[in-house]
Amino acid sequence: MSDRLAMPKSWHVESKPHKFCPGCGHGLILKVLGEVIDELDIQEKLVFGCDIGCSLLAWDFFDADTVQTHHGRTTPVMVGIKRANPELLCIAYMGDGGGYAIGAQHLVNAAFRNERIMVLLVNNTNYGMTGGQMAPTTLPGQKTETSPFGRDPEETGYPAQGPEMVAAVVPPGAYVARATCANMKQMKRFMKKAVENQVAGRGFSFLEVLSTCPTNWRTSARQTWEFLEKEMAGYFKTGEFTTPGDRREK
Amino acid sequence: MQRTLPFSENRVFVTGNEAVAWAALAAGADIMFGYPITPQNEIMHYWTRLAPAYGKKFLQTEDELSAGFTTIGGVLAGRKAFSATAGPGTVLFQEPVTMAEMMRIPMVVIIQQRGGPSTATVIYSQQEVNLAAFGGNGEGWRVVYSTANHQELYDYTIKAFNVAWTYRFPVFVLGDGYQAKMRESLVMYDPASRGMELAPAEAVVGKPGRPGSSRPAVHLRNAFSVEEELYESIMPGEEEFRSMARRVVEHDEEGTRGAELVIISHGVVSRAAVAAIKRLKEKGIKAGYFRPVTIRPFPEEALQRAVALCPRLLVVESALGQLARLVKEALFNRPVESFDTIFRPGVGITAEELVEAVIKIRQGGTTCV
Repeated sequence: MSDRLAMPKSWHVESKPHKFCPGCGHGLILKVLGEVIDELDIQEKLVFGCDIGCSLLAWDFFDADTVQTHHGRTTPVMVGIKRANPELLCIAYMGDGGGYAIGAQHLVNAAFRNERIMVLLVNNTNYGMTGGQMAPTTLPGQKTETSPFGRDPEETGYPAQGPEMVAAVVPPGAYVARATCANMKQMKRFMKKAVENQVAGRGFSFLEVLSTCPTNWRTSARQTWEFLEKEMAGYFKTGEFTTPGDRREK
Repeated sequence: MQRTLPFSENRVFVTGNEAVAWAALAAGADIMFGYPITPQNEIMHYWTRLAPAYGKKFLQTEDELSAGFTTIGGVLAGRKAFSATAGPGTVLFQEPVTMAEMMRIPMVVIIQQRGGPSTATVIYSQQEVNLAAFGGNGEGWRVVYSTANHQELYDYTIKAFNVAWTYRFPVFVLGDGYQAKMRESLVMYDPASRGMELAPAEAVVGKPGRPGSSRPAVHLRNAFSVEEELYESIMPGEEEFRSMARRVVEHDEEGTRGAELVIISHGVVSRAAVAAIKRLKEKGIKAGYFRPVTIRPFPEEALQRAVALCPRLLVVESALGQLARLVKEALFNRPVESFDTIFRPGVGITAEELVEAVIKIRQGGTTCV
């Protein structure tokens, strides 16, 4: 079991090594989530929902009850579970396409209603599983399969600011933050606060994490990290946008 | 808080939507997820008024996709969850229903049909037969009950919950705007007082124990990596659907033996058919009546037997041949002497019209449009 020592206890060992591409950020994010699950000891109460897209590859990642859903529909499935059994802790895991495009109405309305679930959204600026198409989060000038000459903001707008949008509409009690794979300590701090917010039943919890996609970005290790730390950081500010009590205090 | 119905038997005069809300309560439903659309709205209205007194829950979602997927979530958490919809809402429901088909999640959705295509009317139609029976990207693994009156709306809503939770397939109760909004008398009852057992609901996720140590974690899939994996997963489901189909298939039939002609219809239109064959009998004309109660699975064998007795058919529906297509499929390669139709998408059909049509057909005319 010595191999196991580096893995969070909540990981499902039989499905490791995991199926994400080399250099992908999902593994880092799921490691942090696993550590938080362990530290807060919530494995028994956890229901993990996987959206379609690369997030689907996490369907057997944890020793936790997990449901594959449809593209964009993980939020309502988790809302239904939580409403039916508020004792459970529900985490909806999705990409930027699932959260900001096809499932945007679910994200916005879950935020409006302050649903006591957590949405963990991985932002890698493209649709990874389908082969690297433009996403709502694609950067201006970024080349993808459906913006082969670079995203033109005149045509298709600017990168979606998810946490900013969610923070603008949530009632008091919500937790909204953006973290990055380039800062694991901060990511873990935010992840823990997001999960704790649901444990406390205060309100909606939303964490976006900036991630990497060298396969579809067609970048080397160095270029990948530069894109994450420089290009993406220029458009997406990390930090906490809303924390419980914020508005009441104001 | 009241846990049981306030009556064992209760004769009432109510709308179809109210009957459905009470039937869901009688069937042991725990939570409703819904999105407003006419003509099903009053199901939500009655449910939200009944819910607090009986410890039940309700959530108004952002759309029908969400209503369907939250219903699935509620079921996975071990509750009897349901929804209701109509028209364009039924279109959106196809997505969650296919997930329920693939993952064998019991689910009850009441469809109060309205006009189509598109927004059309909020009033009445029978144009959601195709959608209800075969609307998804799959094989139509759903049970569809088509009700003809308020008593049936009540009875089959209760039955829908039992069939869904017994066989783990989604179940639609197909009503329409006339049934939804019209008042009619029926007897509402507590299923227990009639010795009916309700199928229990069981949680799929969040069961007691620590996943990975005291019990295996539940990993639910609907996506597969390779063709053979999907095939292996589909075929047992098809076998179970067929096996269930034999047990749940239902039809209603009257006077087909020795009849000159059989009127085939479903839902409220079959009330006109029943009235028509009575009036025809008074005129000395013997017409029969056949009605699928389950649109899916379709009562093929029963229809084949009826048609063997009387091979002259008149198919009548408030749609342009959605029922007729199912009838033709059921009768493939069977000898049929005549096949007349009355298709009235979005409008009702009266007994008088049917009497007139039958007389015309007897005189060598045709009703086909």
